[in-house]
Amino acid sequence: MTTARPRRPAFTRRRRRLYLLGAAAVVLGLAAMLILNAFEDNLVFFYSPTDLATRTDVPRDRLIRIGGLVEKGSVARQGAEVRFTVTDTANRLAVVYRGILPDLFREGQGVVAQGRLTAPGTFEAREVLAKHDETYMPREVADAIKRSGQWKESEGKAGAGTGATP
Amino acid sequence: MVNILANPARFLRLAGAVLPWCWAAAAVTGGVGLWLAVFVSPADYQQGDSVRIMYIHVPAAWMALAAYTLVAVFSAVALVWKHPLAHIVAGAAVPLGAGFTAICLVTGMLWGKTSWGTWWVWDARLTSVLVLFFLYLGLIALRGAFDDAERGNRAAALLALVGFVNIPIIKFSVDWWATLHQPASVLRIGGPAIHPSMLWPLLTMAVAFMAYFAALLILSVRAEIAGRKLQALLVAAGRNEPAADGLQGEAR
Repeated sequence: MTTARPRRPAFTRRRRRLYLLGAAAVVLGLAAMLILNAFEDNLVFFYSPTDLATRTDVPRDRLIRIGGLVEKGSVARQGAEVRFTVTDTANRLAVVYRGILPDLFREGQGVVAQGRLTAPGTFEAREVLAKHDETYMPREVADAIKRSGQWKESEGKAGAGTGATP
Repeated sequence: MVNILANPARFLRLAGAVLPWCWAAAAVTGGVGLWLAVFVSPADYQQGDSVRIMYIHVPAAWMALAAYTLVAVFSAVALVWKHPLAHIVAGAAVPLGAGFTAICLVTGMLWGKTSWGTWWVWDARLTSVLVLFFLYLGLIALRGAFDDAERGNRAAALLALVGFVNIPIIKFSVDWWATLHQPASVLRIGGPAIHPSMLWPLLTMAVAFMAYFAALLILSVRAEIAGRKLQALLVAAGRNEPAADGLQGEAR
């Protein structure tokens, strides 16, 4: 090992390497930021009902994902077919699905569905995934908060408010 | 400051003193943390008992990011100050980080199947963590790809620094893009969104993972230094007695 290395006047070279590395890091960071910015709209995992209503670049002819909250009281089952409404509180989208729903699927819960737009405002899902938010608590605490009337509608939800804005 | 620990002999003395404490901390917090996680902490109001996967998944994810940050910092130090020990530390942390990333990915898939209904989706968070895993593997491969160890070290250090771009992307992916993965629960504006009865087991497990990582890192660095010493001895012995067996030369 280099325990007994003689001291050499490497200070300026060290400093130059440090500056070089710093400059490279800045350039690389800027480049990454620009690339990510350019990707911004293409990196969305799902579109919200508002995206579908307002954006013109949502593909209508191929598989896309949509996400939002399952509207309360909207779930209707007919045999293997489930119909429900996905909302982001501003806009709504009717979803039809035949298949097995995840355990976490329930009214008021966030979902992400993959499928196709069949008509304006109607979505035929091939796969429905449940989304949950970052809140974790015991059942008793959730019940207590609900009883006390402090429950925020944004709690226990996901999907709403997560648009494609970085 | 950099110079104080750059001396391998001094580093070995300090590491030897710290190592038992790391093992002890990992054993105690790991035991207590697992007990809290499995038996004491409550089931989640939404996810039920499957939330207990969090106590492994989240610390593993934190350590995956922390280990990479450590690799990047030591790579920068190694490139600028040319301390051989910095290369050794960075090189030792890479396989450990890869292991934590693998744990994070596997437990995340199990958790995803139970809560989301799918093993895997290509959303920004999952994809960027998979990229991190491949970065780790790439660092291992690149370091070993050169006959000249010094060149391998330098190449790996550069790749580690370039790859650091991915760390903030992983952290903020859930805020910047619409992902299936939920946003951060602990390190978030407005404080943790986890009930204290679940947060404390999680933090205890995080300390356990950190201590375990530190212990493995010290062991790994020690092994690498010992390996290089042995190599140097063999080379020296070979030079003195070209015909003799290297180990005999060392024993004299």
